[in-house]
Amino acid sequence: MDKFIYLDNAATTRTSPAVVEAMLPYFSEYYGNASGIYSIGVKSKEAISESREIIASTLGARPEEIYFTGGGSESDNWALKATAEAFGMGMREPKTGGLRKSGYEKLLPEDPAPVRNHIITTKIEHHAILHTCEYLQKQGIEVTYLNVDENGLVRPEELERAIRPETFLISVMFANNEVGTIQPIREIGEIAKKHGILFHTDAVQAYGHLPINVEELHIDMLSASAHKLNGPKGVGFLYIRRNLRISSFIHGGAQERKRRAGTENVPGIVGFGQAAKDAFETMEQRNAYETELRDYLIARILKEIPYSRLNGHRTKRLSNNANFSFQFVEGETLLIMLDMEGICGSSGSACTSGSLDPSHVLLSLGLPEDLAHGSLRLTLSAETTREEIDMAVETIKKIVERLRSMSPQYEDFCRRM
Amino acid sequence: MDKKKVVVGMSGGVDSSVAAYLLKEAGYDVIGVTMEIWPEESGEDMSLHGGCCGLSASQDAARVAQKLGIPHYVMNFREEFRENVIDYFMEEYLAGRTPNPCIACNRYVKWESLLKRSLMLGADYIATGHYARVEQLPNGRYAIRRSVTATKDQTYALYNLTQEQLSHTLMPVGEYEKPEIRAIAEQLNLPVAHKPDSQEICFVPDQDYAGFIEKNSGRIIRPGNFVTVDGTILGQHKGITHYTIGQRKGLNLAMGHPVFVTEIRPETNEVVIGEAEDVFTDRLVCDHLNFMSIPDLQDTLRVIAKIRYNHAGAPARVSRISEDRAEVVFDEPVRAVTPGQAVVFYDEDYVVGGGTILRPFV
Repeated sequence: MDKFIYLDNAATTRTSPAVVEAMLPYFSEYYGNASGIYSIGVKSKEAISESREIIASTLGARPEEIYFTGGGSESDNWALKATAEAFGMGMREPKTGGLRKSGYEKLLPEDPAPVRNHIITTKIEHHAILHTCEYLQKQGIEVTYLNVDENGLVRPEELERAIRPETFLISVMFANNEVGTIQPIREIGEIAKKHGILFHTDAVQAYGHLPINVEELHIDMLSASAHKLNGPKGVGFLYIRRNLRISSFIHGGAQERKRRAGTENVPGIVGFGQAAKDAFETMEQRNAYETELRDYLIARILKEIPYSRLNGHRTKRLSNNANFSFQFVEGETLLIMLDMEGICGSSGSACTSGSLDPSHVLLSLGLPEDLAHGSLRLTLSAETTREEIDMAVETIKKIVERLRSMSPQYEDFCRRM
Repeated sequence: MDKKKVVVGMSGGVDSSVAAYLLKEAGYDVIGVTMEIWPEESGEDMSLHGGCCGLSASQDAARVAQKLGIPHYVMNFREEFRENVIDYFMEEYLAGRTPNPCIACNRYVKWESLLKRSLMLGADYIATGHYARVEQLPNGRYAIRRSVTATKDQTYALYNLTQEQLSHTLMPVGEYEKPEIRAIAEQLNLPVAHKPDSQEICFVPDQDYAGFIEKNSGRIIRPGNFVTVDGTILGQHKGITHYTIGQRKGLNLAMGHPVFVTEIRPETNEVVIGEAEDVFTDRLVCDHLNFMSIPDLQDTLRVIAKIRYNHAGAPARVSRISEDRAEVVFDEPVRAVTPGQAVVFYDEDYVVGGGTILRPFV
């Protein structure tokens, strides 16, 4: 493949050599099924336990609260659907609810049981949450989609006002995948706890990039995915607080304490463990490096390209995320031209086939449709160099200039100025 | 010298796939683009569609592009398609006319929008898999010429392209017969060699136009009266969007002999019914004129005029009657002149121009 500059680390990351090396023995050397009683099966089982322990320790959780899944989307689906099911899926005669008696007594339905059929989430969630919520709405669940402010932040007071006696779940993402905004998770967790409502967070973009302690932040469920932190694709986990009685999502064998059937993806889980270990060990210096580079990128773009803006919060954002809109420039054409120049960026809202619709996140931030159509997301990694950023900036400048020179709207605009 | 750059609109079908191949062989720098044009739909609907421009189209096109070793991108033209094609299609039916959305799609989406974006990308041309040829005539003008194969002629729906658009257009497939194109696809082992031809109106896969309009226009389609030309009520119709000129089937009128739709009157919500001979007329008026092989229509011109996609064409005289209107007088009466359809004029193989049929009389 030709040389390219990879600036789409929010989409996925390079699997690190250390991770690949850790995984390799589990393909053809220790290939045993972790359910087997023979030694190579036990070897697999031990490897899974080790990864589970590493990951639990990164979250301040217990190993038995970590359930490996096929990725972030599965974790999100599981968290939402199984919780809705535990609360009776909005049926008029609810079951006794999703909780055992251990600090959550007041959550248990009183007699007569109120119908717990309401979820609160936000308008800027990943589609794994939004489309699952739409599905649940068809099953009779009510969903409130919270607005965010112009920087993409949820307003905790608005969240609290949205709570109803029927609310059983709050699901707010830890950090946004498009604009990188980091939500006030601690405040949200406290509100959820105060009202006796379960709190799930989609931390796919945050896990491995930000310190997270599920106890301190009052998180009941948390989704994460390995390939966002230099781990392999196709493996994720759902953290489920130990006293939650939500049932399994994939039915079958007794793997993952009978809650997630299917032969374990042993190499994937091993890789995830290694990736998590590395990510947390290097987090501080990596964040510092990325933040400096990101701020350099943002400063250059905003200074050198007129009529450009940064989307998302200036400081409460992931250290590797920059998201721009360029007035009078169509995002799709910009991305294609960047690709032709060997620069991998994204609009952050690519649909399955790669074509672009205005981003629901940017529309929620209050951007007009043309700007929401023309955004460019660049997400860095620890491997990104200053030279690469310089080359990217020069290329973007050149392309934006060309596209504007061919835009009748820009011509009109300049004439009126 | 730098290679000329061409963007090929790739639908994933045989014709546009081979078009991309032919251009690459001819030494162009080829970029494949699949146009996403339908409204956002669920995965289920998409797999049902499978036709020209759905998700499977972009996947098929991507596979072909990979095979040919050319870059491939998907571009979103949903907004342009909705405004210029779907909305127009619905408005025309609601106004009692029978539109040809492919003509609008060609002019405004496949050409205007794709060409604009392609030029931005630095391309010199766009290309498609149409069975037609583009030629520059001795008078300097660009004109569409029928493809070498008369059976697959696709020039009718291209009459409305502008000179600017044509000067940036390549149609390599027009030099071949369909079986030759299929043979090339097979020879190259292109994954699409055996896909069936797309057909009908792509965004109404079940061909229930009236149902589509009712669902998408937000308008209530009211039943009304079937009447004779002198106003005698013959029965109830289901709403004017269900009918087109010359239609015989589905009228549910027990007249004892075949009868036909001869006129649709949106202002009174009436559908006029007549005998077989009432569907014939020897003249029509058209507007929204576009000329290709000639700069303008000065004197009366003898042409072969086609009044719908599958019409063989009939000898006629065309003359201008006002700024943007022309009158077409046929040597012999033609059947079912339908307002909203295009009338396209030919001089032998070349498209002279055409217009939109306004009414079947003067």
